[in-house]
Formats: sequence, C-alpha cells, structure tokens
Amino acid sequence: MSERVNVKKKSPAPDADKVSAAKADAALPALGAKEMLRFAWTQLTSMRTALFLLLLLAVAAVPGSLFPQRPANPSVVTQYIKDHPDYGKLLDSLQLYDVYSSVWFSAIYLLLFISLIGCVVPRAIAHYKAMRSQPPRTPKRLSRLPEYGTLVIPADAGIPASDAIHGAVGLLRKRGYRVEVRDADGARPSLGAERGLSKEVGNLIFHTSLIGVLVSVALGGLFGYSGQRILVEGDTFVNTLVGYDQFTPGTNFQSSQLQPYSVQLDKFDITFDRESQGKFGQPIDFSAAVTTKENPDAPAKKETLKVNDPITLGGTSIYLTGNGYAPVVTIRDGDGNVAMQGPVVAKLQGDNYYSSVVIKVPDAKPDQLGFQGFFLPTAFVTEQGVSFSGDPALFNPQLSLNSYYGDLGLDTGSPQNVFEIDVKDLTPLNARNLDAGGITLSPGATYTLPDGKGSISFDGVKRYVGVDIHHNPGQLYALIFALLAVAGLILSLYVNRRRAWVRTGTHDDGRTMVEYGLLARGEDHRLAGEAAAIRTLLAQEWGLAADPQQDGDRQEDSTQSQQTPSSLGDNGAGTPTPASPAGPEKDQ
Amino acid sequence: MPFGINETMGQYSELFMLLAAGTYTVAFIAFAWDLAKSSRALQAIELKAAQAVEPAKVPAAVGAGNRAESSVGGPAGRAERPSSSAASGTPVGGGIVTAGADMKYSAARRAPARVAVALTVLGALIHGAGVVTRALGAGRVPWGNMYEFLTTGAFVAIAVFLLVLIRRDLRFLGTFVVGLAIIMLVAASVAYWTPVGHLVPALQSYWLIIHVSIAVLSSALFTLTFAMSALQLVQSHRQKTVAAGGEDKLGFMRLVPSALSLENLSYRINAIAFIGWTFTLMFGAIWAEKAWGRFWGWDTKEVWTFVIWVVYAGYLHARATRGWTGTRAAWLSIVGYLCVVFNFTIVNQFFNGLHSYSGL
Repeated sequence: MSERVNVKKKSPAPDADKVSAAKADAALPALGAKEMLRFAWTQLTSMRTALFLLLLLAVAAVPGSLFPQRPANPSVVTQYIKDHPDYGKLLDSLQLYDVYSSVWFSAIYLLLFISLIGCVVPRAIAHYKAMRSQPPRTPKRLSRLPEYGTLVIPADAGIPASDAIHGAVGLLRKRGYRVEVRDADGARPSLGAERGLSKEVGNLIFHTSLIGVLVSVALGGLFGYSGQRILVEGDTFVNTLVGYDQFTPGTNFQSSQLQPYSVQLDKFDITFDRESQGKFGQPIDFSAAVTTKENPDAPAKKETLKVNDPITLGGTSIYLTGNGYAPVVTIRDGDGNVAMQGPVVAKLQGDNYYSSVVIKVPDAKPDQLGFQGFFLPTAFVTEQGVSFSGDPALFNPQLSLNSYYGDLGLDTGSPQNVFEIDVKDLTPLNARNLDAGGITLSPGATYTLPDGKGSISFDGVKRYVGVDIHHNPGQLYALIFALLAVAGLILSLYVNRRRAWVRTGTHDDGRTMVEYGLLARGEDHRLAGEAAAIRTLLAQEWGLAADPQQDGDRQEDSTQSQQTPSSLGDNGAGTPTPASPAGPEKDQ
Repeated sequence: MPFGINETMGQYSELFMLLAAGTYTVAFIAFAWDLAKSSRALQAIELKAAQAVEPAKVPAAVGAGNRAESSVGGPAGRAERPSSSAASGTPVGGGIVTAGADMKYSAARRAPARVAVALTVLGALIHGAGVVTRALGAGRVPWGNMYEFLTTGAFVAIAVFLLVLIRRDLRFLGTFVVGLAIIMLVAASVAYWTPVGHLVPALQSYWLIIHVSIAVLSSALFTLTFAMSALQLVQSHRQKTVAAGGEDKLGFMRLVPSALSLENLSYRINAIAFIGWTFTLMFGAIWAEKAWGRFWGWDTKEVWTFVIWVVYAGYLHARATRGWTGTRAAWLSIVGYLCVVFNFTIVNQFFNGLHSYSGL
C-alpha cells in the first residue's frame, strides 16, 4: 500500500543512537495533541502497520474455527459451556463464541480498513496528478538505470539527432507509452516516456473494492433477513412472520418487507445410491415438487426445489437444507375422541434416517398424553434387542415409543422445544421395563394404551423438508465489488509500470549517437525483455542491425552486428555524446 | 445422475496410482542422485579453476546473490534487482551458486537429471491415466472427496512442474516436488482411500468443477512455491555462512539458484496462485450462496480459506515492505502453505462444518 516505507532517515553520525535517544527524550513532551494525532495517523497508515494488521487478522480469525460459534449454532455453544465448566465461561467473556462480531476482531479489521483508506486516498490523489503530468525529466546519466543501451546511426544514413528522437517518439507511442520530447531542437534532444499507469489504478480499484465488499456485507446485515421452516408433504408456507419456525431479522428489518407469497410442498423424492458398494444407500438426489404463488391472488406455479438450485420468490431465495420422515399418527384420548391427527416431524439422529420422535398431546382428556421414541424406516433388531435402521428407504417402517400421561406443562405459557419432552413430572404408561412393555407399530397398526388412557394408530409415513429463506440486499453489490477487486488485482499484478528515456546527440564525425534507459516501478521481471524489444524496434527504425549481445539469447542466432560495439569505443573524452562505454550490461 | 458407477474402472485407477507412485519413487532417487553427482563433479571442476582464479573473486559473487537478505529493500530498490541481477546466465567458476539467476538450461549435461525428468514424465502419464479412469469410473469430475482431491492435486502439481521445466531449468526442485507428490499419493491411498461413488447432492453443481479445480490448481502452485521458499531459506543461510568465511556443508545446493532468484520466481508463481485462490474464495462464496443461502458464514473451511488468502496477501505486501523481503517473505510463503495443508487435512477431518465431504 503506502510507499512511504521507502523513506528511511539515515543516521547522520556514528553515535546517532545516543543523539536520537536524547532527541526522543527531549521531543516527546513537546508533542502536542495535534502532533500526536499526526504521528498516530502516520503510523497507522504505514505499510508495516498494514502488514501487521493483516497478519493479525489471519491469526484472529482462527479461534472461530476452534470453538463453536453462536451465529452458526447457539445450542452447541450452550452445550460446550456446560461440558467445560472450568473455562467455558471464561471463553465466553473473551467473546470466543462470537469471534467475528467480537470487539477485538472488529477492532482489527476496522483499523485495517482505516489504514487502507489512509493509504488509498493519498495514493489516488498522487496518481491522479501523475496521470495528468508529463513523464519525469530525463536523468543526466541514463547509464545508471537498470536497463541501458546505446545505438549508433552512421553519418551517411542522414538521420540527425532531432529526427532520431522523433522516430523514437512514434515508436514508443505505438508501444503504449505516453511520450514527451524535451529540447527537441537542442544539441542533445531527449524524450521521457511512461506506460502502465493502469497498474496503480488496478491497485487502487482492488483496495477500494475491498471496502465496497465490507460495506455490502454491512448492508446485508442491516436490511436482510432469514428464516427456517419445516414443511411436511402437503404443508403450505406463507411468507409472513408467523409462517416461520425460526426468524432472524436484520438490524433495520421491517415486517412490511415480507411479501406474502406461498410455497406448498406437494411431494418430496429422494434417490438413494444402489450402485456402489462403499456408499450404498447414500442419498444422491433430493427433489421437492412445490407449488408457488407470488401473492395470494396470483396464479399457482409448479416448480422443483433442489439442493444447489434454490427458488427465487418475492425478493427472497428459498433453499432446500434438510429433510426427514414424518410418521402420520392418530391419537385418541381416554374419552375416545381424536385428540391429535397428523404427521409428526421426526428428528434425524443417526445413520439411515434413524430418527427421534416426540409427540405431545395437550388436548387429550382426561389426561394429557406424551410419547417419546424412535422412527426407523427399515427396522432391524439385533440379538441384544437393539433396534437400528438398515436402510434409508421405507422397507420396514417402524415406530417404537414409550408413553406417558400427566401434565405436559404446556399450559404455563413458557415455550418448549417441540423435539424434546420432559418426562420428569409424567407417569409412564409404556416402556420396555414396564409390564405393558414399549409400543412398536407398523403402518396401519393401532395400539391401545393401558388403563383406558386412549390409543395410538400409525397411519403412514410422509416426508418433510427443511427450507431456509434468505433475503440479502447486499450480496449483489458484494459480488460486483469482488469482481472489481479481482480485475484490479490482475491489473496491479500484471501491468508493468515502466519509464523509458531516449537521448540523442551528434558525434564529431557526424554519426548520430543514441542512448536509452529503462526503469521499472514495482515488480517487473520483464524489463530486460522490454529493453531488448525497444532496442530491436529502434534498430529497425533506423535500418541498423540489432546487437545480439544486448538483446539476450533470443537473438542469439541472428547475424552478427558489424557496427555498434566497435564504433562506441572511439568516443573521445569531452565529446557531447550520450553514449558511455560502460553500461551495466557490459560488466557481466 | 448422468453416468453410472464403474467399479472395475475404479480398480484400474487405483492400480495406476500405485504404479505412478512407484515410478515417482525411482524418479525421486534419480533426482537425488543428480544433486549429489553434479555437485561433486562441479566441485572437482571448481577445485581446478580455483587454482587459476584468485580467491578474492568469491566474496564478490556471493555479494550479488545475497542482496535479497541485505537491507536494500523497498519498491524502488527492488525494481532494479530482478533485471540487473539477471545478468549472469552461465555458470561462473568460483561462485557458490552455479545455477543461473534466470534459470535457463545451461549446456552442461546432467544425465541423472535427464533420467529423472523422463521418469517423472512417465509417472505423470500413468498418474494421468489414474485420474482419468477414476473420473470415468465415477462418471464425474475426479475431485469429489479427499482421496480424489489429493490424487488429482498431486497430478496437477507434477504437471505444472513439468510445464515450467519446458522453459526453465527447475530440475533442482525435482526431489522436492516429486517427493511431495509421492507423499500425497501415499497419504491418499493409505489415509483417505474412498471407493468410487456418486456425489452427495450438496456437491452436485457445476460450481464443483469451477471452484474445486481452481482450488486444486492454486494448491499445486502453492506446493511449488513452498518447495522454493524452503530452498530459499537453506540457500540464504548457506550464502551467509560462506560469505562469513564458514565452511560450505551443503555442496549440492550450488545447483540451486541464489536465494534472490528463488525469491523472485516464487513471488511470480505465488502471484498467480494468489489470484487463483482469490477466485477459489469468490467462487466458493457464490456456490455457498446457491447451496446454503448465504455467501459467507464463517464456516470452518471458509475461515481457513480466508486465513490462507490473508497470509498470502500479507506475503505479497511483505515484498513491498522494508525489512520483510527475503527470509521473512519466504517464511510467510511457508506458513501460507502449512495453512493450506492444515485446511485440507485437519479441518476436513476433525472440524465440524458444512464442508464435510471427506468421504471417509
């Protein structure tokens, strides 16, 4: 970023350490608030600080992958704190479960971006000026440049120094340089040329775009929202706040943002791998047939929702993120009335859709009923009596449940997790260790609960899907800025910023002497190649043979030059000639 | 699914992988032999030359190669370095580095090196056949799990190495690159072996082809620069020792270019790889948006991809920062590669996240 790093104050005296130490002692109290600020700003925007902050950011991001993070999974964090009583709370106070919104992480990236702005703005201004000004003046001694060479145009060619410089101007302009001629009619006309100004433009675009990405992310956090919903086959989701199982609004979210579209899950199909041995039974395709309506009055539309293929509707995107089985049950209470009828979402627990089932029947009378157990799509029982699911498909669906009666505690108003049941205050009816045993049901079967508490029927199995609904107004901008950043990065890494100077003069014997030099700004491993190419072009322009020695090995096979090297030798001292015999290429 | 599983093809693929690993092992030995033999031959030649050339010339040659480590940093200073120091293209007797800074092939014959390269090409052909049969066996791109990512990644690393060899004499890297490829193949076959199978739905996207192929390519390039940066550290230490009048214990390192030219070349490759990694990150974000509904969620894999990106961004900036060129930059490049390895091995297997596609 900042090129300021290049400025290093040389110690003027051998005992500079003592002097500077004394100076620092003396100077510090004198620093006013303004100077302190300026000092802090200079430090912050220095390349060294930026590099330090950048590496610090990398280090600071790591703990977020080591500890569970609240935004990703809050319940895992709660569990983690419970499991690690010794240091779990301490980590929490250090915000290690919210790394990416923590004070320290935010401080690092905000400082980094301030440093970046402090770097980019002055550089943009400087570059704007550079683009509007002429190439830098011709150095007195071109031979000190990293790339330097000379050419000699014989007297009989009839190309005076001024013509030669104009030839070089045209040639460099064609090569993309902007060129300025100096002292065109003087004894030693010269030109200054520069190209590759888009390198710095790319650099500035890259860094500015990173700020753009950050702002876009913030925009998404302010005005976006997201939510989850589980849909059993036949269910309809309407995009209103009550339609969500879980909803996360952005900071500036307003419920009027929600467009009341609807999505109905008609059917959900899974294809399982029946070919390979290692992955037999692994799902290889999920496909949800849905009917959507833009708004309650709009015509219905059939669509397919798949993984990696979201549906866009009403400014949101709808994603297929989970699925499972929902056994359909009918529960009659002690009075003989249907207390509950419908699908129960079974939560995935293990391999092959081994899922847990919790059924709460608060409407059952006289006693509320509760069920807890497992659903197995393809039930197998081991010799030890442990049941497991042998396949993810519905080859032998089975519901194994324990039952309870009593007060479910739902009437107190405190919210409960639908996937968990607290059986502490309930009286067990069915369990493996009771005389009545557990309940094991196949589709179509009905079980009558003991003591006339009612009955449960397993009517069939439906599938359910979990969908995520997201609205992020910032992401398009984030993408645009990211693309801009890459474009800028490529420009800044692959455009070479070069300066070239050519100076001509006339030798006493009438020959036109030409010297040229090139200088790169920043990394440029092709500068030598560029010098060779320019030399070849200049030689062609004036009908000279290129000097193979100067052009490197790509010219190795070309015919030997007869002119230049030898004619250079007899430049008398004091002659106003630009050609100096000791160019850097010579001392190999 | 457009294609079925062909397990016979998968078995052929595994056979090819083993054959390739075997061929690489022989190539590795040949590369090592080349380093030992060529360096002894060179030492003998130089011993003769040293009697003719006055010893004062040695420090001069050392000084030129050592500039990366001196404090002549800064953008302006460095701008002059690559071209001005690229002058010596031919081996000069008496120097501690005989390899040319521009890494062009010299006229000197190195028979073991030729054998090694030929064996590497043969190994790469067999390896390529292994990758292709794996793809045919699974009916899709061969980078759907860790086994496939490693075997394909090793192939790409070797292929890139061989492609660069066409224009530059990087044979000194042979032991390193081929050695790493052997490690990758063995690790894949022993620790990450997975039979051919279909992709899980989360991976069924054209983004798998785009995102992962660029990740493989960038990782392969990072592998090359890791090798170069490691050599750069050794070479720079050796140059300093010799410059200080110490004994040159690592004679074979004279086949390796100077620390400065290693630094320059690895910078160029890292720049390409960094752009590749930027694309990996970006395409990953686009895919994440399509698959999970958010383009960035600090998933463990996302975190580490970001960390790697930041470390290499730091590396690129370090080259423009006083006091950070040379050895420190090389360390950053090495740390970056260690993060790549960590991201692939530890994060994939032991960290919970959305990227759990190891297939294990």
